Amino acid sequence: MIKVNGEEMQWRPGLTVKDILEAKRYIFPMIGVWINDKPIPRDKFETTIVNDGDDVKVIHMICGG
Amino acid sequence: MNKMKLLAEWEYEPVKIQRGYAGRTLYVNVGGFSFKEKPVSEDMKEKFIGGRGFGLKLLWDAVKDTTKWNDPENELVISGGPLCGITQYPGSGKCYTVFISPLTEQTYDSNAGGHFGPLLKFSGWDALEIQGKADRDVIVFIDGDNNKVEIYESPFEDVNAFTVTEALHEYFAENEEDKRNISVVSTGKGAENSYWGCLNMSFYDLRRKAPRLKQAGRGGGGTVFRNKKLAAIVVRKRGIGPTSNNPADLSTLQKVGLKLHKEIRDLDDQQNKMRKVGTPHLNEIMNEYHLLPVHNYKFGQHPEADKIHSEVFGKLFTQGIPDGCWHGCSMACAKAVDGFELKTGPLKGKKVTVDGPEYETCAGLGSNIGIFDPEWIIEANFYADHYGIDTISSGTGFAFVCECYELGFLNKDITNGLELKFGSKDDLMELIHRIGRGDDEFARIVGLGVHRMKKIFAEKYGAPFEVMEKIGMEGQGIEVSEYVPKESVAQWGGYFLTLKGPQHDEAWLIFMDRINKQLPTFEDKAEALHYFPNFRLWFSLVGVCKLPWNDIEPADNVIKYKGIEAAKVPEHVQNYVDLFNAVTGKNITKEELIIQSEQVYNFQRVFQLRLGKGTRKDHYIPLRAIGPVFPDEWEARAEYYDNELKATGIDPEGLTTEEKIKKLQEYRLPQWEQLVDAVYKRRGWNKNGIPTIETLERLGIDYPEVVEVVKKHLKPEDEWEE
Repeated sequence: MIKVNGEEMQWRPGLTVKDILEAKRYIFPMIGVWINDKPIPRDKFETTIVNDGDDVKVIHMICGG
Repeated sequence: MNKMKLLAEWEYEPVKIQRGYAGRTLYVNVGGFSFKEKPVSEDMKEKFIGGRGFGLKLLWDAVKDTTKWNDPENELVISGGPLCGITQYPGSGKCYTVFISPLTEQTYDSNAGGHFGPLLKFSGWDALEIQGKADRDVIVFIDGDNNKVEIYESPFEDVNAFTVTEALHEYFAENEEDKRNISVVSTGKGAENSYWGCLNMSFYDLRRKAPRLKQAGRGGGGTVFRNKKLAAIVVRKRGIGPTSNNPADLSTLQKVGLKLHKEIRDLDDQQNKMRKVGTPHLNEIMNEYHLLPVHNYKFGQHPEADKIHSEVFGKLFTQGIPDGCWHGCSMACAKAVDGFELKTGPLKGKKVTVDGPEYETCAGLGSNIGIFDPEWIIEANFYADHYGIDTISSGTGFAFVCECYELGFLNKDITNGLELKFGSKDDLMELIHRIGRGDDEFARIVGLGVHRMKKIFAEKYGAPFEVMEKIGMEGQGIEVSEYVPKESVAQWGGYFLTLKGPQHDEAWLIFMDRINKQLPTFEDKAEALHYFPNFRLWFSLVGVCKLPWNDIEPADNVIKYKGIEAAKVPEHVQNYVDLFNAVTGKNITKEELIIQSEQVYNFQRVFQLRLGKGTRKDHYIPLRAIGPVFPDEWEARAEYYDNELKATGIDPEGLTTEEKIKKLQEYRLPQWEQLVDAVYKRRGWNKNGIPTIETLERLGIDYPEVVEVVKKHLKPEDEWEE
C-alpha cells in the first residue's frame, strides 16, 4: 500500500509515477510529484519506480482564469 | 464612411511618459461636452498604483453614496497601469475598466487585452474617465498624435461591435499599416437590451487584415457604455516603441523578458500549449476532473465533451500566426478562427474572423447549456461579441433558463415560442439574436441576469422562488464563471467571498484544495484566500495579464520549490517585482507587492459598503455551489458522494438519495459559515465583513472619507472575541 495525497492506494511491484497518474486520471500537464519529499522531474515519471509504503504527493499547479 | 460631424474638441499639452506614468488623467463629460486634465499625485501612485486602483479612486471621487449604474455621474474609467505598454514582457497590454455595475449595483472591474490601454497612456493619459450622458450617440476620439480630444456625432445606425470597429479603424487610419496605431472600444445593441453588456477593445491584425476584439466582458460595462450613448471610444497614437514607457532600467526589463520568452518557447508545447490552442486547453482537463459545468452546473462531466476538446479547436484556429494581443507577447494565446461563414442572424453568409472561443465561452455557451458543437459555439461567440454580450454571464444565465424550462417553470407561451431545453441549438441561438435585437420581452428579462430572473419568474410566471434560489448560480448579482465549485470548500470562497461576485480572477483553488489536499484546515483555506486574491489583483493595478504567471512555469519550478510555494511560481513572482522596479525605479519586495494589492482590495471593499453593499449578507452562496441539489446530480457520482457522506460520519446505507442530499447540505452549510469567519479574520475584517479601522491604518488607506464610511457600519457585536 502507498499513500497518494494522503489517501491509500494499492501498490504492485514495478508501479511507476506514470502508472499512478494514469490510474488516478490526472491528465493536467503541469503536475509536480514528490516521493517521500523528494521531487521527481517530469521527464522521469515513466521510469521512476514507487516502492511499497511510499508517500507520494501529486501536486497540480493552479490553473483556471 | 462620410465625414463625421464634430460636436466638441479640446487640445492638450503633450507629455513624456516618466517611469510608466503619464502623471495625469483625462476627464471627459459626454453630457456637457466638457474636458479636464487631473494630476496624478505621488500618494495616488503609492496607494492606488494604477489600472483598477486608479479607476476606483477616480470613481470614488466622482460618485455619491446613492449613485446608481444609470445615473449620469456613474463613470466608465479605463486605465492601464505603470507596466501597461511595455513590449519586453509577455502579456503587458492589459487595461482595466471600472464602473458601477447594473448587475451588482456596486463597483465592478473588468480587464481586456488589445491595444487601447497602451495607446491611451502613450497619448499622455494614465486613465480615461467618462462621465455624463450624451443626448445622441457619440464617438470620443483621443488623438494622441495631435494632442486633442474630439467628440463626434455617431453616424452608425448599427452600433454592433464589428460594424463600428471595422469602420472606425478605416476612418481614422491613413492607410492599412496605420490601422495598427488605432484601438476602438465598442459594444453593441445587446448591451443596451441587457445588463450583460461587454466592452470590446480592438487591435488591428495586419496579417489577417482585420480588427480583432478582446473583451472586458464582465459586470455590464457595455451596458453603462450604451447608457451614456457612447457608440465608440477611439484612440490613435503612432510611433510606439520599446522605450515608449520610459522605464527606469531598460536592461533589467529586457533581461527578465528574455528569460520568460525562452521558457515559453522551450516549454509551452509540453505544458499548456497556449500558443497552439489558447485557454481551451482547459476544456478536456476540466471535464476529466468533473469541473466542466454541464447543464447549469448539475454535472462536471459529459460523454460528448470530446467534441469540444482543445484538439478540435486547435484545428479550427488558424495556426502559425503570432497571436499576441499586444506587442511582444510570445504566449500568443489570442487564438482566432478565420473565414468563418455565419449561418444565422443579420450577417448570415458573411465570412468573418472570430476571436476565440476561450475556455469560458466553450463552457458557458457550450457544455453548460448542453451544446457540444464547436461550430455553434464559434457562431455564438461571434454574435455575443458583436452584440456586446458577455459570454460568461449569458452562458450561465441561459443554463439557468434551460433548467427552469426543463423543470416546467417556463414554457413556449412564456418564451414566445422558443423551446429552451439544454441542447436546443436553434432556439438558444435565436435567444441570442433576440437579445441583440431587443424586440422580445422574454429575452429582455433573461438579459437582466439570473439574480433578477429568479424574482421575475416567480412574480410573473409563478415559478417556485425557493427552488430557483438553490439552482441560480449567481452571487452579488452576477453569474458564476465556468467552473464547478461544489467539491472545493476553498473555491466556495474563491467565488463567493470576493469583492465583486463569482468571477475566477481572485482565486482558483480547486486543485490545491480538492486534489492536492494542501488546504486541510479553514485557516489554510483562509490563508490561500488572502494571498491569491491579493496576488492576482496586482495584475490589475499594473496592466499585465495573469496567464504568463502560471500558465507557463520554469522547468525546475517543481524541483526547486515545494507545495504551495511551487504553486505561487516564485521565479515569476520575482519577475513581477523586478519588472515593477525596473519600470518605476522603486524598490519593492514581493511582500510589498501584496500590500499594494491589499490597499486597493480593502479600498474597494469599503467602496462597496459606501454604495450599500459590502457586508456579510452580500456574501451568500447558492446551494448548487456547495453540493448536489437534485437526485440525478448525486446519482451521476453516487459512489463519490456516498463516500463524501461517510467522511462526515454519516452512513449512507438505507438512506434515500433525497435524504443523502439533505444530510450533505446540513453538513456543508455550517462549513460555509466557518469559512466565512476564517477568511474575514485573515483579511482583517470584522464578523460582518467590514475592514477594521486597524486594517485601514495598517494599509495607510485611513483617509477621513474612508474611515467615515467604515465607522458608520462598525458595531460592537461584530467584533471578534479574543
